[in-house]
Amino acid sequence: MIKARGLARRFTTKSGPVDAVRGVDIDVAEGELVGFLGPNGAGKSTTLRMLTTLLRPTAGEAIIAGHDLLTDPAGVRRNIGYVGQKNGASLDQQVGDELDFQARFYGLSKHDARRKVADLLERFELQGMEKRAVITLSGGQQRRLDIAMGMLHDPRLLFLDEPSTALDPQSRRNLWEHIRQLKADGTTVFLTTHYLDEADFLSDRLLVIDHGSIVGEGSPDELKNSVSGDLVVLGTPQASIVATKFDNAVVDGEKVSFRVPNGDRALPGLLRDLGDLGVELHSVQVHRPTLDDVFLTMTGRSLREEADAA
Amino acid sequence: MLRDTWLVFCRVMLPVLRNPVAIVFGLAQPLLYLGLFGPLLGDTGWQWFVPGLLVQMALFGTAYAGFSLLPEVRTGVMERLRVTPVSRVALLVGRVGKDVVLLVVQGLLIMLAAMLFGFRASPGEILLGLGLVALLGIAIGSASYAIALKVKLEYVFASVLSSTIVPLMLLSGVLLPMSNGPKWLYWLSRVNPLAHVVDAERSIFNTGSALLGLISASALVLVGVYYGVRTFHRESA
Repeated sequence: MIKARGLARRFTTKSGPVDAVRGVDIDVAEGELVGFLGPNGAGKSTTLRMLTTLLRPTAGEAIIAGHDLLTDPAGVRRNIGYVGQKNGASLDQQVGDELDFQARFYGLSKHDARRKVADLLERFELQGMEKRAVITLSGGQQRRLDIAMGMLHDPRLLFLDEPSTALDPQSRRNLWEHIRQLKADGTTVFLTTHYLDEADFLSDRLLVIDHGSIVGEGSPDELKNSVSGDLVVLGTPQASIVATKFDNAVVDGEKVSFRVPNGDRALPGLLRDLGDLGVELHSVQVHRPTLDDVFLTMTGRSLREEADAA
Repeated sequence: MLRDTWLVFCRVMLPVLRNPVAIVFGLAQPLLYLGLFGPLLGDTGWQWFVPGLLVQMALFGTAYAGFSLLPEVRTGVMERLRVTPVSRVALLVGRVGKDVVLLVVQGLLIMLAAMLFGFRASPGEILLGLGLVALLGIAIGSASYAIALKVKLEYVFASVLSSTIVPLMLLSGVLLPMSNGPKWLYWLSRVNPLAHVVDAERSIFNTGSALLGLISASALVLVGVYYGVRTFHRESA
């Protein structure tokens, strides 16, 4: 559904050229829900804007939904849906009118547009709001309206740029359910996010981008497994004895932590061995690696710090 | 393309039709000129002043049109429109169309109001006069949207406008005849295409040839629309 090779974008600024995206290859199969994860400024949105014809790449090529990005941008536009970071409905329009016009921009007839709009209003829980001015909608409602606008022409491929930014936790959860439903209905979804929980919850597969290059790829679980094992934290008075048994063990008072592959399975045997050595244990914890650990391993920086700093 | 343009036109026209009070507010300024400045020119001044006022309306009415684009660029509205397959040209022309239609309606109302003061015009003259004003509106409106799209910031756009519109207006002779001034000022006004449009508009309602003004306005349309279309294409690449 997406096949991009060497896609790059260089911006010329006063202080010299900036390579926002440095030649990325992206493959997305039909029906996949792929998350594009990276800190702010990593090149996520720039990549997405290139894939959706909004920004012309300075190098590379791509076939999007069966159409060549460079030679047939109109063909790409007809076949993809796009929901940007910011709200896409005019504040001075009424909800029903805005949806109707946008549907007709995609070539739907008056009659088809009306039917489709009614259908989407219901699907995104906006029924009865046709006559409301867009400016009176809540943040969550505007976001659902944005997604509805991206779905008017039943695109086989939908791009979402930071879909849940600025939403309260409940609206966010609700939005996630809608996105999962889209995937269940057969839509291929490509979304960017800098939220780990969002990437974890939604994606079949993740691409991790940093400084304009893709630094990792895989399902959330695969990526987590690539971090060398689960973190085991033992509370014991003989922490230093335990520490000698494992590489990379860290002692912190009466606590010792170390990583082992498949911690949950390794733990029973491990505890038996330590018991045989006469080690006395107060507490045992196993932490599955988070995507933050993944990001830290791949980039040397924590995504959470980046997100907080932003 | 035609369908797209019509759709864009309807989309921007709809909020105006839902709230037509805005059209009346747009008439406030020309009405003030008509009522508070026009009488200074004496009883015979109307035939001379009203055509100039129409050109001034075209200038002020469409030069500021670009402001309506800026919030749409800042929010995701422009981006949303640009990912649809809608023609880039239609995105510009549909908007300009709305401004020109409003301009023509306002121009007609002002002429009717001026007739109460003593302005005289035949239906043919009114039609021709509005046509010329519409041409100018198309040129300036297209350029305004293109400049707005380029500068993106309200305060920059505002200073670009005030530094171009005021000299264009002063040198067009809409308020007082340029021939009253010193020679250098008169010749400076001859370089201003707007001055020829003003002259032509006056010829339409009095006597004389409107040819030079028509050529000026048509040339401005070519330049404005070319610049507008090119900018809308490029900024949407």
